[in-house]
Amino acid sequence: MTMNRRELLAQGGKLLVLTSAAAAGLESMRVGATPRPDAPKEAQHWWGMIIDIEKCIGCGNCVRACANENDVPDGYFRTWVERYHVEGWDAEHPQVDSPNGAKEGFPPHPERTGKNFFVPKLCNHCTDSPCVQVCPVGATFDSPDGVVLVDKSYCLGCRYCVQACPYGCRYIHPQTNTVDKCSLCYHRISKGLTTACCEACPTGARQLADLKDPKDPVHEYLRTHSVQVLKPHMATGSKTFYNGLDGAVR
Amino acid sequence: MHPLVEGFMYPNEVELQWSILIVLYPFITGLVAGAFILASLERVFKVEAVKPTYRLALLTALAFLIVAPLPLQLHLGHPERSFEMYLTPHRSSAMAMFGFVYLWYLMVVLLLEIWLDYRADIVRLAQTKQGPVGWLYKLMTLGSFNVSEGSRALDDRVGWIVTIIGIPSAFLLHGYVGFIFGSVKANPWWSTPLMPIVFLFSAMVSGIAAVLLLYMAIMKLKQRPIDMRCLDTIAKYLFYAFVIDFSLEMLDLIHRIYEADESFRALDFMVHTRLFVSQVVVQIYLGTLVPLVLLAATQVLRMRENVRRAIYAGAGLLTLIGIFTMRWNVVIGGQLFSKSFLGYTTYKVEFATREGLLPALVLMVLPFVILWVLLKLLPAWPEEEAA
Amino acid sequence: MRDAGHLVRLVAVLVVGLALFFVVRGMVVPAGFGKYGHYRPGALDDNRARLVAYAGQSDCEACHDEVVAARKGSRHQKISCEACHGPLARHADKPSEFKPQLPVVTPLCQRCHEADAAKPKSFPQVVTKEHSGGEACNTCHKPHSPKV
Repeated sequence: MTMNRRELLAQGGKLLVLTSAAAAGLESMRVGATPRPDAPKEAQHWWGMIIDIEKCIGCGNCVRACANENDVPDGYFRTWVERYHVEGWDAEHPQVDSPNGAKEGFPPHPERTGKNFFVPKLCNHCTDSPCVQVCPVGATFDSPDGVVLVDKSYCLGCRYCVQACPYGCRYIHPQTNTVDKCSLCYHRISKGLTTACCEACPTGARQLADLKDPKDPVHEYLRTHSVQVLKPHMATGSKTFYNGLDGAVR
Repeated sequence: MHPLVEGFMYPNEVELQWSILIVLYPFITGLVAGAFILASLERVFKVEAVKPTYRLALLTALAFLIVAPLPLQLHLGHPERSFEMYLTPHRSSAMAMFGFVYLWYLMVVLLLEIWLDYRADIVRLAQTKQGPVGWLYKLMTLGSFNVSEGSRALDDRVGWIVTIIGIPSAFLLHGYVGFIFGSVKANPWWSTPLMPIVFLFSAMVSGIAAVLLLYMAIMKLKQRPIDMRCLDTIAKYLFYAFVIDFSLEMLDLIHRIYEADESFRALDFMVHTRLFVSQVVVQIYLGTLVPLVLLAATQVLRMRENVRRAIYAGAGLLTLIGIFTMRWNVVIGGQLFSKSFLGYTTYKVEFATREGLLPALVLMVLPFVILWVLLKLLPAWPEEEAA
Repeated sequence: MRDAGHLVRLVAVLVVGLALFFVVRGMVVPAGFGKYGHYRPGALDDNRARLVAYAGQSDCEACHDEVVAARKGSRHQKISCEACHGPLARHADKPSEFKPQLPVVTPLCQRCHEADAAKPKSFPQVVTKEHSGGEACNTCHKPHSPKV
């Protein structure tokens, strides 16, 4: 097929326009919070959390404190603790329990073989959160300081975000019929307080972290400990860093 | 532990999020897409044999498309806020974009094609009918009573273009629903690039089967002869679509079994226990293999007319049950296992609640009621009506 | 083209419909939507508007220096007061109006100190039946300074 120069330019121009349009379209579908140039003063912070598995004693203080602070309805959990029991080298079949989310702690097993530990869980406040990506109307979003929040007056209750969260941290509030989840105690951290769960934790297993504050101990901590996030293969950009996270943890 | 839970589930996962209504929704939009593809067979691909079902297929698609948003509205925590999807659609959300795909399909494809095809009849009825029905027809003419040769030729030409656009639009309409599930990386039962294609082909199968059954039923009710050449052709296309659909589902299954990734053991266990009856017995055997064999038999063996009709009716019914069950297995199945892969929960369908069996049944009957009204307003076989 | 009259009317209906949609949209979309991202900026304030239930340790220490003194050097020194005493922001705000209730001692101690294989080995834990034979923990241990 021969083309003269004019035809070539015309075809090339069409291709360029179509490719750019397609690229722009795909880009807007992609996930990831790009900070806006006129972002408010909140953007001075970039919140995350450190959880130290080696310190957690499964007392459930965090679950109770969160429920008290945020009026979490019974049977639903903004945070919870899981107890793992791993026999031998079989990391694929741990036995896990979380009785009522560990709100009253755990029924004790003083003697047990194998490897046993507690894993507190909460919303990971991901930078590339799949839940924000799928919300059809913008009722869940990334705040300028990195907290994934819910706009209760805008949420339709479609539950797409609940399906999209790989960590199971969302639920539908039975009274408001909208989605609800850990807000990293946004009302507290915006006032300079720490989260309720960190406040109530007796061993310091949970620590709020401001990744943008050069004086925050999180930077030294991340440098000196082997940390992991949950389900790293999902590439959610989780900002909840676990020290001592075992391979058996789901 | 919760009595309905086996093993470990994240505490917030025990309750299912998407109910039988969300099973109904892809089933209904699938019927829409499939019926439309059947209609386009005649209009675009010149399969003249299926012309007797052309208008019926379009009206069937419309009846189901009108009902399609209703299960969603009943399911939403705040249905009064659903218009937000049109006001502030989140461009990265497949669900938001689907609102526009639906609107596009309803207005620019289906309603337009129906209007263009029926316009001459609408004008005639506007001029002859009295009372409120007459006013309805007058409204539908948009004030233009021009049915000259020129205008009818233009309608035909534009209608042809609309159908051409309509085919990828129908693919988009239902492929999108597949994408809504297939793009959820958190759920390995859903997350596969094959999902939109599997949904699409099963949609075509269900839509064609629905029109086939409706044609037989309506002709029987009107005591009119069934055009066997038409019926045989529809059954042939049903068979082809089914072969492709079955191949795709088998491909997905074989791929999963072979790769056996992290989620496989949990999913395999679920299919063998909680999902055994609906997946293996109903969807695969009764809903796919049996109709496939029946339809293959009619393609290969010579059979008398009444035997073929009986087989088409049986195969068609089993197909619809099978495709509904496939939607059930995808939507409900995807929520029965824990994302920790360590446990399972149970789905208890209630009866007379907002998301229970009763509203689901009502919503399944409603399209047929609407179709009956549409057929009264816009007769699908005018030559026979006039006689 | 006279023959296209009906199509022109159809396009007119669509255009009017679209215009109506944009007018309604302009009136109904929440103010400032999209300013910081695809959400209503007021939602940030809504999320900040909740009342605080836990006052935080520094608030307690401001008044209760006798407890601060009692805990000095004890193993429980770093634990937040409200970890055991529950949310007390209302009490910190109006101390005489909201009097906190003393927690029930033994189950409270057991939640942390009952022996469990999943607790870190270095953490002090006992099987209370063997350790105290059913007696309340504060028979021997003072909660603010537990070393016996």
